[in-house]
Amino acid sequence: MPSSLLWAVDVYGRVYTLSTAGQNWELCKDAHLEFKRLTSVQQCCWGIAGDHQVYLYVHSSDVPIRYQEETYENQRWNPVDRFCEKLLPSDRWQWSDVTGLKHQPLDSFRLPSEHWEWEADWYVDENIDGEPTEKGGWTYAIDFPATYTKDKKWNSCVRRRRWIRYRRYKSRDSWAKISSQDDGPLPDPFSDISAGGWDITDEPRGHLSLWAVSLQGKMWYREGIHHHNPEGSMWTEVTTPGEVVQISCGPSDLVWAVLWEGQLLVREGISRENPKGSSWVVVDSPSTEVGAIHVAVGINVVWAVTKDRQVWFRRGVNSHNPCGTGWIGMVGEMVMLNVGLNDQVWGISCEDRAVYIRHGVTSSELSGKTWRAIAVARDDDRSRSGSANSLASAGCFFSGEVRVQSSVMNDAESSSETERSQAAQSTSPTHADAMKRRIPKVTSDSFISELVSDKERKPGRDGRDGQTPSIQEEGAPQEQAFADQETSVELLPQSSSQQGARDPKWSNVDLEEAQPPLPAAASDTTETSSLSSVATYNLGMEEQYGVDEHPLWAWVSGGGCAVDSHTHLNWFNASTGVSSSVQSMSLSITPAQTAAWRKQIFEQLSERSKREMENFKHYEQAIEQSVWVKKGNMQWWRDWKPNKWIDVRFALEQFSGTDGNRDGILFIYYTFNDEKKYLHAFINEITVLVPVLNDTKHTFAIYTPERTKQRWPIRLTAATEQEMHDWLALLNLSCCDSRGIHGPPCKQAIWSTTCKGDIYVCEPPPNLEAVPYPLPCDQMFWRQIGGHLRLVESNSVGIVWGIGYDHTAWVYTGGYGGGFSQGLGSSTDNIHTQTDVKSVYIYENQRWNPVTGYSSRGLPTDRYMWSDVSGLQECTKASTKPPSPQWTWVSDWCIDYNTSGGTDREGWQYAADFPATYHGYKTMKDFVRRRRWARKCKITTTGPWLEVPPIALWDLTVLPCSSQSSIEEVALWGISNKGDVLCRIGVTQQSPAGTSWLHVGTDQPFKSISIGGGYQVWAIARDGSTFYRGSVSAQNPAGDSWYHIPSPPRQKLKQVSVGRTSVYVVDENSNLWYRQGLTPSYPQGSSWEHISNNVRRVSVGPLDQVWIIADKVQGSHSLSCGTVCHRVGVQPMEPKGQSWDYGIGGGWEHITIRGNSQEAPRIVMPVPAENTLEKKGSVAEEGSEGGGRTASISSVLCIKEEELNGNAVSC
Amino acid sequence: MADDKDVLRDVWFGRIPTSFTLYQDEITEREADPYYLLLPRVSYLTLVTDKVKKHFQKVMKQEDMGEMWLEYEGTPLKWHYPIGLLFDLHASNTALPWNITVHFKNFPEKDLLHCTSNYVIEAHFMSCIKEADALKHKGQVINEMQKKDHKQLWMGLQNDKFDQFWAINRKLMEYSVEEGGFRYIPFRIYQTTSDRPFIQKLFRPVTAEGQTHTLGDLLKEMFSAAVTPDDGEKKYQVVIHGIEPVLETPLQWLSEHLSYPDNFLHISVIPMPTD
Repeated sequence: MPSSLLWAVDVYGRVYTLSTAGQNWELCKDAHLEFKRLTSVQQCCWGIAGDHQVYLYVHSSDVPIRYQEETYENQRWNPVDRFCEKLLPSDRWQWSDVTGLKHQPLDSFRLPSEHWEWEADWYVDENIDGEPTEKGGWTYAIDFPATYTKDKKWNSCVRRRRWIRYRRYKSRDSWAKISSQDDGPLPDPFSDISAGGWDITDEPRGHLSLWAVSLQGKMWYREGIHHHNPEGSMWTEVTTPGEVVQISCGPSDLVWAVLWEGQLLVREGISRENPKGSSWVVVDSPSTEVGAIHVAVGINVVWAVTKDRQVWFRRGVNSHNPCGTGWIGMVGEMVMLNVGLNDQVWGISCEDRAVYIRHGVTSSELSGKTWRAIAVARDDDRSRSGSANSLASAGCFFSGEVRVQSSVMNDAESSSETERSQAAQSTSPTHADAMKRRIPKVTSDSFISELVSDKERKPGRDGRDGQTPSIQEEGAPQEQAFADQETSVELLPQSSSQQGARDPKWSNVDLEEAQPPLPAAASDTTETSSLSSVATYNLGMEEQYGVDEHPLWAWVSGGGCAVDSHTHLNWFNASTGVSSSVQSMSLSITPAQTAAWRKQIFEQLSERSKREMENFKHYEQAIEQSVWVKKGNMQWWRDWKPNKWIDVRFALEQFSGTDGNRDGILFIYYTFNDEKKYLHAFINEITVLVPVLNDTKHTFAIYTPERTKQRWPIRLTAATEQEMHDWLALLNLSCCDSRGIHGPPCKQAIWSTTCKGDIYVCEPPPNLEAVPYPLPCDQMFWRQIGGHLRLVESNSVGIVWGIGYDHTAWVYTGGYGGGFSQGLGSSTDNIHTQTDVKSVYIYENQRWNPVTGYSSRGLPTDRYMWSDVSGLQECTKASTKPPSPQWTWVSDWCIDYNTSGGTDREGWQYAADFPATYHGYKTMKDFVRRRRWARKCKITTTGPWLEVPPIALWDLTVLPCSSQSSIEEVALWGISNKGDVLCRIGVTQQSPAGTSWLHVGTDQPFKSISIGGGYQVWAIARDGSTFYRGSVSAQNPAGDSWYHIPSPPRQKLKQVSVGRTSVYVVDENSNLWYRQGLTPSYPQGSSWEHISNNVRRVSVGPLDQVWIIADKVQGSHSLSCGTVCHRVGVQPMEPKGQSWDYGIGGGWEHITIRGNSQEAPRIVMPVPAENTLEKKGSVAEEGSEGGGRTASISSVLCIKEEELNGNAVSC
Repeated sequence: MADDKDVLRDVWFGRIPTSFTLYQDEITEREADPYYLLLPRVSYLTLVTDKVKKHFQKVMKQEDMGEMWLEYEGTPLKWHYPIGLLFDLHASNTALPWNITVHFKNFPEKDLLHCTSNYVIEAHFMSCIKEADALKHKGQVINEMQKKDHKQLWMGLQNDKFDQFWAINRKLMEYSVEEGGFRYIPFRIYQTTSDRPFIQKLFRPVTAEGQTHTLGDLLKEMFSAAVTPDDGEKKYQVVIHGIEPVLETPLQWLSEHLSYPDNFLHISVIPMPTD
């Protein structure tokens, strides 16, 4: 899980963020403003500043926020001027929008606010439905409005072309003021704000509902916020039955507000179509005596605070019943609460003003268990809390550094000891002033809730009834002028009196306020404020400031903070923080720390072995090697019909061969017609072990070359998941042992993934691409690597990246094992936790009848009314389980509107009958309809992968090169899940994750990309059109422009792969195409040639090898889909090859051959001398890891050759 | 860089070349040749010396053969200590092969335990593992294992099957990341100069503040003389599996990687060789 941020405001209005991966509050980067309220979501944070204006803070990202403006230029033909701008009077505007109704010349476009900038000038779009147009971009039609085509015909009387221009949002990582609107009712100053609603709809992407409350108690809704328009477009007023003081909006359809009178309002009717909702329902305050002053809502929870600071939890809230059923009083007194992601709850305690998190909130226990204070220091007051910190971190990694720093400060500042009181203030006069203003201003706001109670004439705790209403009245409208010292002076006594009486902690604030002259007097020293703030604290002030050890908070927002009850946070006390950091030091790779002792042990051990054993090899071993047998009971899917599961005994016999290699035989003992029989397989013949875990059976499949040809593996079921994993781990180890495969896969490795997200890797034998006799594809040995990925891409210098089903990008760490293969089959370093999320779909089916219309009453012959996609399996919401016990649900069932074919507003798709093709609108002929429901589930596993946050990827490609290549920086391109084309900067062998993304502008979203050995970048847009990127090179990694390549006729392309020179694409109808006519001077090529059908995916390697995932591959026993196939006969002069060789299959989803750059020996003959040399060279370069490992191959033929090689090298 | 797994293999496959010579006073029918064997460091003497016994049987009368026991330079060798420990403790820094004298008479009752069969070794071995797990996990891991898992540990040791043994033993080496290590480190410190057989106390892998304990920390607390003072002369060698790990080595790592199959870290503290 990527780190995310918790936002908070302290009582001085300073904004801090706390990262889930961090251990201290960091002052917001753009810190020139003071804030009263914040509401954060993952991509941004909204706030109300001291001037009561709304500000927006959008996090920076490598991907820009771009908005495409478009307008159409329309022309009509006349015999005199030919096509010209003279239109008929009845025609549309010469410059118009797509409908022609709105006049919009190029110069009418203005940037919406100061936070935008134009990316470039207007230009003509030369693309119509994925097809390139003629130069000039004109599309022709008989008349307006009509169907436009790219070809000019005799009857083309009108033409138009589309102009586009991008604008870019520039105010990122800073507070951008949302300008007050020009038209419509102008909202009065805002006092509260809440963002949410991102789960209501996924279109438009990045939709947010932003609700705000003004000082007059009116409510406003910000229209039009989405990814491309982060600021939204305008405020609209939402009428309310009373004056509102505070509002809270959850991620989904919950919106609650608090009225001045203390009741609560619940918004009803919020839906995908109407995110603003339709009506209000009033809910009474939890307590009959005191009204509510604060409410916080999440997905399924509502929390409230009453005026007496009591905390309440609302029972029975869900999307069907947003009002819930009743209140439960909770422990703790809070100033405010906030509900973040996963319904986690944050609060600020009344007593100590610390930020608390509700501990133990889970989907089954939404109210959680206890409050837990977040005790971490702020980055700007490390030395203050350093007294505690440095003690705890004694001996810790960085404590020395801190100490040095502070001692230096002490020396430098020894003369200015008296300045200690400058504490939170700074020394320059302007800073001091700013600070003085800060205190009263925010104080008045952070007690706004108290003001509420004052308005109601409830006696305050500190008897300041007389003062506060006046504050409220003058404070509110005057906020603009609030930055004056007079105001602050006026407010000063009020705030100090209330603080003094209420809370001992506040005495510090008094102290600071009482002493403003002092800093001012001492202010002519020239040191910077940051210096002094470090220095002032460590001079004997710890006792005084001990009281102020933790900051006083005014507001917290966790709407963007992704934690759940399992998240490990280092927030709770300094010592655990330190210990865990020490721990992670010892666990992670810190060569500096561990190398010394570890290296010594390695060296001493090998020295010892040498000393004690080298001269005594002729001695007899004390223990004779013997056969070791492991047995168990399993079920076997028997080979003959009727196929069914039968009980068998299963045994693995392992023994050491004469050459020291381990080997083994697998036995399956079964009974047939009362006769005992057995089936066996040699361990060294097994090519792959595939777990097929589902919710009822713990099955795995064993393939041998023979079984692969049959498309009929040995299928076995263990009694428990654990037993299955134990067996798999053992068999896996045996298989690797028998083939002499240990450690991580080599850089040349071929990676693949299955439809279950399992990851397999194959060490390519040198004769894999041999001509004319390559290693048969079905003899390739695949071993599993931990983790869960949708696709993996690699190259031969060992850069391996993957993308999960949730589009998270992962980089390979160089380890092996993980997942089920713990212990010996797994490296200890480099294995990390990995999570993935995917959706499970079920279908709700209905049939129309004349009486009730569509209903869940089908015909007797119909499919189940709740079913899987085929309709054959009944799948109800209640009975459908996650795919396997490794998965857990993480969301509720919701309607999926993104089903192919389109849906209506309620998600229904219509058809004449089951099964048929469905469409998203109802016609007279439609008698059935269905809709798809999706529910997200999550897997947590381990593997040699590290997340590359934060951008989610759709596709990626790595530059293929030879393993000896000395390229410094490896080109790696990706496509974000929003369709942006990205180029990764800083990818090297040492840091395969790279450093940042470079955005490459496109006119439309993309879906597939591939880079060839000569930096040819080909990409496919979501509309199926193909593009070639010009001028990409090592020096110019992003290239300069896109060239549109026409697709094969009537085909929408889906995926592209580029090798050394070959370019292959797959279209949506599963055809594989080869690009003809590519030359160095004309890299775009000339035409497409059809190669094969039934192709799902293609991978072209650095030697132009062609491997695909194919469907409908016929075996001698059955048919398999998702099969790895190898194009044989590919040679430099024959890049298209001759035929397919079929390898492992049945559920394979992805393969990448792009790491394998080893040239095959042309002819298999006694090894010539030069070949030997080459071999030697590669061994030397790759070290023992790669060179030795490529020796592990299964075919007799290769072993022979390898031995020859080996001998030659050792001589 | 080599993987930590390689350490496990190196430890397991450590062998000591040994020559077995019959004690001069034993009555033989003809002269007995010495017998040479590679002894696994992690195993037990009585478990791997059947061949030795058979060898000397050929030259001796059945009635002259009592229970075999072994001795090195006058010290009877305790079979219930792992072989590597015996070697490190008594014969470090001597020339190889290790010269062990074989006795069939005058069993030293006060020094050695009888070992009538492999069941005795198995019982001893399993009780060590249980004790170690009691220290590491309050015995929860070993107790949750099935009988066959226990058997597999023993069979792995007896048949010198690394994979077989470690397939189960890895479970004994697991610990929760939050705790940063085992509850207590199962260790024993041996010295030849003391009457005490060994030192064994409770010692945690991390301090209360979360700092990792090192081998040096352990020795300082248990046997401070073994730690060479900054300015002083090195008086002792601290040997595990024939090597001297540096004192900065984290104890938890040592326990996971350099423990004997009985899950104990057997540490020999021996005087520096004088020459």
